[in-house]
Amino acid sequence: MTLSAHNLEVVYEDVMLVLKGASINVPKNGIVTLLGANGAGKTTLLRAISGLLGVHRGKITRGHISVDDVKLDTDQAPAVVRAGVSQVMEGRRIFIEFTVEENLLVGAHTTPRAAIDSKLDYVYEMFPALKGRKKQHAGYLSGGEQQMLAIGRALMAEPKYLILDEPSLGLAPQIVSQIRDLIVQLKESGLGILLVEQNAAMALSIADHGYVMENGKIVMDAPAKALREDEDIQEFYLGLGESAGSLRDVKHYSRRKRWLS
Amino acid sequence: MNDLIHSLIFGIAQGSIYALIALSFVVIFRATGVLNFAQPALMILGAFATSVFAIDLGLNYFIALVLAMIVIALLSMGIERVAIRPMVGQSTFSAALITVGLFIALYVISTRLFDSKPRTVNDPWGVSALCLGGNLKEEWGFVSCEGGLIIYWHSIGKIVLATIVIAALFIWLARSKYGLAMRATSMDQETALAQGINVGGMFSTSWAISGAIVALAGGLFAANGSVIQSTDALFALVALPALVLGGLDSLKGAVIGGLAIGILMNLTKTYQTAIAPWLGLNFENVVPYIVMIIVLLIRPYGLFGTKEVQRV
Ligand SMILES: Nc1ncnc2c1ncn2[C@@H]1O[C@H](COP(=O)(O)OP(=O)(O)OP(=O)(O)O)[C@@H](O)[C@H]1O
Ligand SMILES: [Mg+2]
Repeated sequence: MTLSAHNLEVVYEDVMLVLKGASINVPKNGIVTLLGANGAGKTTLLRAISGLLGVHRGKITRGHISVDDVKLDTDQAPAVVRAGVSQVMEGRRIFIEFTVEENLLVGAHTTPRAAIDSKLDYVYEMFPALKGRKKQHAGYLSGGEQQMLAIGRALMAEPKYLILDEPSLGLAPQIVSQIRDLIVQLKESGLGILLVEQNAAMALSIADHGYVMENGKIVMDAPAKALREDEDIQEFYLGLGESAGSLRDVKHYSRRKRWLS
Repeated sequence: MNDLIHSLIFGIAQGSIYALIALSFVVIFRATGVLNFAQPALMILGAFATSVFAIDLGLNYFIALVLAMIVIALLSMGIERVAIRPMVGQSTFSAALITVGLFIALYVISTRLFDSKPRTVNDPWGVSALCLGGNLKEEWGFVSCEGGLIIYWHSIGKIVLATIVIAALFIWLARSKYGLAMRATSMDQETALAQGINVGGMFSTSWAISGAIVALAGGLFAANGSVIQSTDALFALVALPALVLGGLDSLKGAVIGGLAIGILMNLTKTYQTAIAPWLGLNFENVVPYIVMIIVLLIRPYGLFGTKEVQRV
């Protein structure tokens, strides 16, 4: 039971090859994190899974996505959601002119009518802050609350797999730790989670498995524990090495070869 | 006093049609970001379709109207699928240019197909009217109401039907699942997709709705006791000032803008010859465009539009 990308190649605008044969596996009931520098292609991989490449003039030119061994029709974003894969996009992307509840109802677009009320209760129970403000415009929520709303909206579709693109971006530390706990809680409720994070310390602290993407390729694929202990990861992603700081990116680049070989 | 009330009612009736046309522009604009200049041609085709169903096939006017709305809705949906969808991602300017081409093509088709004989829509109202507190006289196909207030039945019909359809549209958008999906799509297509909304289907739906609304406008416009011709499509151009006044992306703005322009034109028609005769005859036809220019100068996004939209 996995959500898998098989040897995926993605091209933007028919010329820009951005993913160069990336494969990942997200088991049900597990947290998998995908790390990588800016521009590595993480969001592109997530778009490919969710069928959102078309909006960005991108195309899968090789490979495919499967959910529980069934090939996914990634030309049709609605088919992906119906197959049980929901994504919380980078930047939260809530509908600020809608009320909190309307946002959740949009998330329930593919959910059978009879199940919507119990789903709403479930989300409000998980995020009491949203419950008290369901009739308010979502634009008035704080950044943390908006992230909760974006996650709640994705949960309304009753996903089996949840994809999170940088959920901690721009949030205060105690909100980040709330989100971290929430992700663990969701995993324990049986969801498979694919977590893309700049905050690698947070991601690796809860993940079961991790991938590192460089320049459109997966260059490391190991249990999270092994990644946490890896010297390079400590140096480049966890900021623990002796050269943390401005030299990081340069070094990052020079060390890449070692991972590839 | 009677003059004033008469102008207001006539203005609201005419404004209801402008409101419908402006609304048909906004529905498409919000969903696909395209200003569809083919709408006036679709309006006149709606009027002709009503005429074909009502006169050639002898159906009841109201049934003919509904059938015309369906036909034009399908046509509009087809136009989106064939001519506009492939332009997704291209500039909105090129899409707008395509619609100008479509207008010309549809206009030519409508003159070829329908202008060969005088057409009416067999509406139940004709020129019959209520005459409150006066003497109703009918001569040579004209009615007059000496010393009283005249209210044409077709004015009432236009106002009632437009109100019903506009209210239905607003309730559907506000309350229904697909109305919500449609609004979500107009705000952020990618996010709508990520929620499992069939965004292409929403494009089709919005063009269909727009086609139905503009066909209704055509069928109602034609119900005034005289014959219709293809050149009457120009009537729909007055919806542009209404659109600019209300704001390109505001449904509420389209309705209010349409009504305001209709009322303003009729008040001008009634009073301008007495107050400012030096402005000449038919000055009321110029008024909408003066309003449009003023709005564009001082508040380019209109009364209810979003600021960012003004660059379009
Ligand atoms: N629509 C697009 N058209 C062309 N190139 C694109 C497009 N979107 C992304 N790219 C390019 O693809 C590469 C990967 O981008 P992507 O957003 O997937 O990276 P990322 O790993 O998510 O980065 P970040 O950490 O900054 O979010 C980048 O070089 C980017 O410039
Ligand atoms: Mg990204």
